[in-house]
Amino acid sequence: MIEAKNISKWFDGQRILYDISATFDTGKTNLIIGQSGSGKTVFMKCLIGLLTPEEGAILYDGRKFREMSEQQKRALRTEIGVLFQGSALFDNETVLGNVMFPLKMFSPMSHEEQLERAHFCIKRVGLTNADDKYPSEISGGMQKRVAIARAIALNPKYLFCDEPNSGLDPRTSILIDELLSDITHEYGITTIINTHDMNSVLGIGEKIVFINKGHCDWIGTDKTIFRSKSQSLNDFVFASKLFQEVKKFLEREYEAEEDV
Amino acid sequence: MIVSSIASFGRYCLFMGQVFRKPEKWKVFFQRLVLEISKLGVDSIPLVIIISLFIGAVITIQMVINTVSPLIPSYSTGLATREILLLEFSSSIMSLILAGKVGSNIASEIGTMRVTEQIDAIDIMGINSANFIVMPKIVGFVLFVPVLCVLSMFMGLLGGWFISEFTSMISVENYVFGIQSFFNEWYVWYGIIKTLVFAFIISSVAAYYGYFVKGGSLEVGQASTNAVVSSSILILLADVILTKVLLQ
Repeated sequence: MIEAKNISKWFDGQRILYDISATFDTGKTNLIIGQSGSGKTVFMKCLIGLLTPEEGAILYDGRKFREMSEQQKRALRTEIGVLFQGSALFDNETVLGNVMFPLKMFSPMSHEEQLERAHFCIKRVGLTNADDKYPSEISGGMQKRVAIARAIALNPKYLFCDEPNSGLDPRTSILIDELLSDITHEYGITTIINTHDMNSVLGIGEKIVFINKGHCDWIGTDKTIFRSKSQSLNDFVFASKLFQEVKKFLEREYEAEEDV
Repeated sequence: MIVSSIASFGRYCLFMGQVFRKPEKWKVFFQRLVLEISKLGVDSIPLVIIISLFIGAVITIQMVINTVSPLIPSYSTGLATREILLLEFSSSIMSLILAGKVGSNIASEIGTMRVTEQIDAIDIMGINSANFIVMPKIVGFVLFVPVLCVLSMFMGLLGGWFISEFTSMISVENYVFGIQSFFNEWYVWYGIIKTLVFAFIISSVAAYYGYFVKGGSLEVGQASTNAVVSSSILILLADVILTKVLLQ
């Protein structure tokens, strides 16, 4: 479990995050949602440790990140897998080279065992015959899969995904969502996904944290999001006509349920 | 401007402190070192050969044309060609040319890694990204650059020899006698020492500009240009200092 307690962050005197507190559960897909510029990426970067919040604490299973020594932080980082928005694959490495990278750097396994593990991860994300291809030779969806394979290579306890669906078609987005959800449940990972894709919210949002203008406005699940009274959340979630229709439909469903 | 220059220098020093640390895994470091030597050093050989050969030939022609006097011995063409190549061309001018090729290569590669979050990906794994990416580049280029320097000296002299062999401007005997006359071995070492310093400037300054890029592809291009301009100026400055220190 990851806990964020009263996280505040400033950039050049401008406050970006205001006392955000949230917990992210183990074995669940936890979503951070919010509009572009709401501060959700900054919040996630604070959680990962790429940015240091001016106030507040982040606890990884009770271990305070800020109070850790450099060595402890480095050890913790081997327990973290990150899927970046643009995949962040190494251009000069093949698919296999990318997945092998964390294993080569940190794993005590022999070369053969590392290869076996890398092949297992590549297979797990559904890639075949792509070992020798370079990132520029594969599609965006495949790049995301490779990035997921690299992120899970070291069996992480925590998986962070920054907008995993950006730039992907709806079908591939759903496949990536399902893959992340499956991996989370299969390995009992604490997964945190930063997204503004409502399909992801409804599809895999077991816990949802809504960030609005640097404030945590709402915390709930995919089941409770439609019943929320938060105006800012409703404005965000039901911005599209499709979801306005979905809301009307669900409200009728709930009314029917209540009548019964 | 002075304040920002001092701030940049301070940040450069801190960056170098980050770069020159013990590598995470020596095996991976040596693998990357070999790759960088190949990419930055070996791949520069054709450029060094072509430029040195032609410039050596041009220097010889100009020396012949400008030293037509009964008071100047005919072997002075070879001697002057050799001194120009050893003292300045194969070290300083060649380094300025390499600043364009190698410097822009390093800055754009690292800059692209920065804007595509590849550096963040390395950091997040708990790896010192500056050390992992930059140290093999600096060490590799500095290790290989004496080879380029000596190769440039040799090819420049060969270019002059071609002029003596295939034109009637100067006889081969005179040219060869000239390049052997009053030879001072220290000048070769002087050239190599200068090139080592320049190689460090080129690779570290380019890495610095690339590593701290913010923005997108436009900024990467800008960083690449800034890296070449800054390293060129620093090379010229270091050239004056080193010449004063090493030759006086």
